Amino acid sequence: MTLGFITVLLVYQLVGEIISTGLGLPLPGPVVGMGLLFLSLIIKGGLPEGLKNTAKGLLSHLSLLFVPAGVGVMMHLHLLANEWQAITVALIGSTVLTILVTAGVMIGLTRLTGDSPSAEEIKND
Amino acid sequence: MTEEFYRIWVYLSTEPLLGLTVTLVAYQAGMWVYSKGKLNPLLNPVLIAVVILVGLLMLTGTDYQTYFDGAKFVHFMLGPATVALAVPLYSQFQKVKSTFPVILASILFGSATAALSAIGIAWVMGASEQTLLSLAPKSVTAPIAMGIAEAVGGVPSLTAVLVILTGIIGAVIGPGVLNLFRIKDWRARGVAGGTASHGIGTARALQVSEVAGAFASLAMGLNGLATAILLPILLGWLF
Repeated sequence: MTLGFITVLLVYQLVGEIISTGLGLPLPGPVVGMGLLFLSLIIKGGLPEGLKNTAKGLLSHLSLLFVPAGVGVMMHLHLLANEWQAITVALIGSTVLTILVTAGVMIGLTRLTGDSPSAEEIKND
Repeated sequence: MTEEFYRIWVYLSTEPLLGLTVTLVAYQAGMWVYSKGKLNPLLNPVLIAVVILVGLLMLTGTDYQTYFDGAKFVHFMLGPATVALAVPLYSQFQKVKSTFPVILASILFGSATAALSAIGIAWVMGASEQTLLSLAPKSVTAPIAMGIAEAVGGVPSLTAVLVILTGIIGAVIGPGVLNLFRIKDWRARGVAGGTASHGIGTARALQVSEVAGAFASLAMGLNGLATAILLPILLGWLF
């Protein structure tokens, strides 16, 4: 992890925040920053080794980073207590539907474009 | 002795150090349970850490704001980490360039299905508007989902928990659902897992197939971007 590339990430986040607030976009600033960095890498046509390592270090414990926000659920426990049935059915139903629609569209379109899976891309059982 | 203990507690409970330290300790405890349980998705380390911390705060009568004064140092890193997600996204993008348009189309359908079906089902079952808006980004990776929840008027912390639950559900039942419908293309299985259940689904995909893992990882990042752009538009029509 180098200070230089941490600075790069912060600059992209800052620019993202400025664009998002400045234009009144409903997009979170860091997501705009992520989109801009992705585009920059495509235009640049390569990934600097230092940036790769910095990102790897930061993302290796990504799930730790949303623990503090997650704990905030303690202020909304009444919502979970009152609406747990609706939430449970919605989460399970929507997850099954999302998996089927996404995989279904993907299978349909790969057939349509003749992009059939290679041997190692097929699950054999 | 007890009095001495109490004085130390009163001092520490207002210091940021305590909130920061218990966050790291609770997370390590979660990681320990998760690795002891052979990475079973039901033993999600974040969920374990959140349960430990909520229990601890309630037992000691500490309010969330006091805790967050310490924990915010961890929380702050979410922003740069979200930007850093562009790096794995780019690496995976390089690997699957030729199939990219197909993947993008699949994810757009998946993103809309995830949000609309969750809102629709919960609405039919009488959930409040606050819950509906917090549910909408539940298939997106947590750092992005929380930002989206905030932008559309949901509750980011509720979203964080719903996101983790969605990930667990997808990792546990996803492979079975795909098998039931005889979907054998690892690329489609990966894209579906990453779109429906973000990082937790991606981790599950990586355990069984490198191809599925790469496609899931790309789908997770793209679905974050797609949902951040699509959801405010969809919600504009609905609400």
